[in-house]
Amino acid sequence: MIVGLEIDGAGADPAAWRGAEVDPRAILTGALAVRAAQRAEAAGVDLVTFADALEAPEDVPEQVSVRLDALGLAARVAPATERIGLLPAITVTHTEPFHVQASVATLDHISGGRAGWVADVSTSAAAAEVVGRRQPVPVAETWREARYVVDVSRRLWDSWEDDAIVRDAATGRYVDRERLHYVDFVSPTFSVKGPSIVPRPPQGHPVTAIRVNTPAALEAARDADLVLLPDSEDVAAQIQALRANQRQSAAGGRSVGGGQSAGGGRSVGGGQNVGSARSVGVTADAAGRAVSVTPDSASPDQGSRPGVRPPESDTADRVAGVSRSGPVVLVSVGVRPHVDGVDGLVAAVEEWVAAGVDGVHLRPGSLELDVPVIADELLPRLRELGLVGAAERGGSLRGRLGLGRPRNTFSGSAR
Amino acid sequence: MTKQIHLAAHFPGVNNTTVWSDPASGSQIDFASFRKLAETAERGTFDFFFLAEGLRLREVKGRIHDLDVVGRPESLTVLSALAAVTTHLGLAATVNSTFNEPYELAKRLATLDHVSGGRAAWNVVTSWDAFTGENFRRGGYLDKSDRYVRAQESLRIVRKLWDSWTGDDLVLDQASGSFAREGAGAFADAGPHFDIRGRFGLPPSPQGRPVIIQAGDSDEGREFAAAGADVIFSRHGTFAAGQTFYKDVKSRLAKYGRSDESLKIMPAVTVVVADTDAEAIEKAAYIREQQVSGPTALVLAELLWGRDLSAYDPDGPLPAEDPVVGSSVTQGRVGYNDPFPIVAEWRAQAEANGWSLRQTVINQQNRQTFVGSPTTVAEAVNRHVQENAADGFVLVPHLTPGGLDDFVDRVIPLLREYGVFRSEYSGTTLRDHLGLSR
Repeated sequence: MIVGLEIDGAGADPAAWRGAEVDPRAILTGALAVRAAQRAEAAGVDLVTFADALEAPEDVPEQVSVRLDALGLAARVAPATERIGLLPAITVTHTEPFHVQASVATLDHISGGRAGWVADVSTSAAAAEVVGRRQPVPVAETWREARYVVDVSRRLWDSWEDDAIVRDAATGRYVDRERLHYVDFVSPTFSVKGPSIVPRPPQGHPVTAIRVNTPAALEAARDADLVLLPDSEDVAAQIQALRANQRQSAAGGRSVGGGQSAGGGRSVGGGQNVGSARSVGVTADAAGRAVSVTPDSASPDQGSRPGVRPPESDTADRVAGVSRSGPVVLVSVGVRPHVDGVDGLVAAVEEWVAAGVDGVHLRPGSLELDVPVIADELLPRLRELGLVGAAERGGSLRGRLGLGRPRNTFSGSAR
Repeated sequence: MTKQIHLAAHFPGVNNTTVWSDPASGSQIDFASFRKLAETAERGTFDFFFLAEGLRLREVKGRIHDLDVVGRPESLTVLSALAAVTTHLGLAATVNSTFNEPYELAKRLATLDHVSGGRAAWNVVTSWDAFTGENFRRGGYLDKSDRYVRAQESLRIVRKLWDSWTGDDLVLDQASGSFAREGAGAFADAGPHFDIRGRFGLPPSPQGRPVIIQAGDSDEGREFAAAGADVIFSRHGTFAAGQTFYKDVKSRLAKYGRSDESLKIMPAVTVVVADTDAEAIEKAAYIREQQVSGPTALVLAELLWGRDLSAYDPDGPLPAEDPVVGSSVTQGRVGYNDPFPIVAEWRAQAEANGWSLRQTVINQQNRQTFVGSPTTVAEAVNRHVQENAADGFVLVPHLTPGGLDDFVDRVIPLLREYGVFRSEYSGTTLRDHLGLSR
């Protein structure tokens, strides 16, 4: 199974920064994050995510009301670690897709193929107001747009073939421009010409993760390599629903950009495929946290629009040698093992694994107190149970997650 | 008092300065290259390490230019990683003010500033063209005449966000539970380009706020720099042109209530060092030949002529046609407003010296700035600074990542002997190195 860890300030507990063991200045220097990632890596944790939002954290006096940009923090952590995957949360509603993909590709280059990102949206008025360019966007629309951003990011990562840099002194050519490609991507809200400014990242496609917290996010999760499911009473049903959703998606064609259907005809905006797909729904509790995912025939609006360029191929085509049928699914759960002990957590993990999840995404209450317990007690217990492998595993993040290296969608293309 | 020299290292990139075909030329992409060059700069106690930005690959005649280095990683992400492997070196990112929003710029740059302990700088650039804009949501929405309007407003707002926390807003009192003063970071601003409000989630870094660098050379660019930049990254590396530029820019400071020391002028220069002056001259000529291959000579001539010259032999005579002004034969690089006198000069020189097209390009364009023995180079660098042709230099090596080794190992010790360059860092922030107030 896969074990992930969330880094967010001093921990998920709003009071974590007040502990005597915490130097609150270390939140801002990144030292707290570096130490947590190094501890996690040494223990064999597979990946860390870095929480973020476009807008600042809420201005609540007793809470950590500052936050470093997750991408910059992940980049700071990269040279200080060697094996662990690094996934900053990056919001795409107000940020340029071209910048987003270039940054994630760069994180992959500087980390030697350990990068991913948690693609997220901005729906709040606060987020819209700090940029001031658009009105707040309804959640379903933000996720529809996010799926286009995920799509164009992968195309831009493919816009350089792996061997585009030839450095051929005889002809004086640094690149073979036949192996660089314009993506000419058009979505309802943005367009990108391409190619990327950054050569293809080491993993081909850095890992795209989606945190499922709304029905629209669940729809978007069908495009993801990694899905972070909310902890709930009924994880088994969630997994089943998600996998069914994924199978339908794979069988019916690919997702938002439309996807080329099995018969080779192009769809527009994804509507024609998704309309017939059995979908799933999420209900949220009062705090907005998703609490259950159930099969649901009502599909969220797919926003069929004319003029949208569909992807050239679906995931099944693009991913060569993939050893999984769908995304890697982790249950994302808040934990306080230094308070609650590890026994209950071990039991919960065993249940989730039995239900078919691929692993857990742990959100420790306190980085300084809980990460050592996760490292020194939880991981060894899971290793004894044969649920996690050796701590020394290296290689790319995709490799660690059992995901193949994607074939380049433009390989051999004349464009 | 003897002026102290300021030095920066530029990771060389997408132009024909970089001799990627040299066997000593390493990867332009691998983090190891960035790390090695940054470590060399830090060993040389340089002020900062500088990265340029790319927003669209260059094209020549509608096709991606393939003769120079193409592509690069994104600056802020690379620099945040370099913060982990350096301790004092300033980290300067070129980021465009046209295709980024002030809030996002402020957040990303402030993050670099925090994780580096106060070593961040922002080189404000202002691409506006529709060619670049094709990679962005808003496309080519900005007139050329408005680019500094937006840049000024953007810089003003970014600074406002950085200054939105005052000295004692960050409380960090664990006992009482007060993390920050309520309301810290609140901002609102409305102008022609931006109408924004909210809260900025990062307090000042150890250097207060990132250093501002500006690279424009037009009258507007000079005024923009005089009004608000900490460093100008200029193109005037020669002594006379440097003095003229220096005098012009420094004379603009008073009306903004600024002192001469508040703005450092640092031209981009290249250096060739060898045991003797004669050897260095020979080495410089060899490097020029590598930098200007036959195909590259044609492309550089096309930029000047504004015409497709692919039918010409670079080892033959200069094109007979007149140049075309404002053509789109080349995209994504700066062209010539008035090519006629330059073409006339090239023709005169070619005729007088019997030069081919390629030889003319080699001899007429961008020769290395400082060429000579370590002593010759050190004395020249120092003279430029002491006699106000510059406050220091941004060194652009022709090789990655070893291109600064000669300078750091052989010239820096002499500058230290002269007492004009630090032997060790006296502070930890970039503002400390540049002698700028916090």
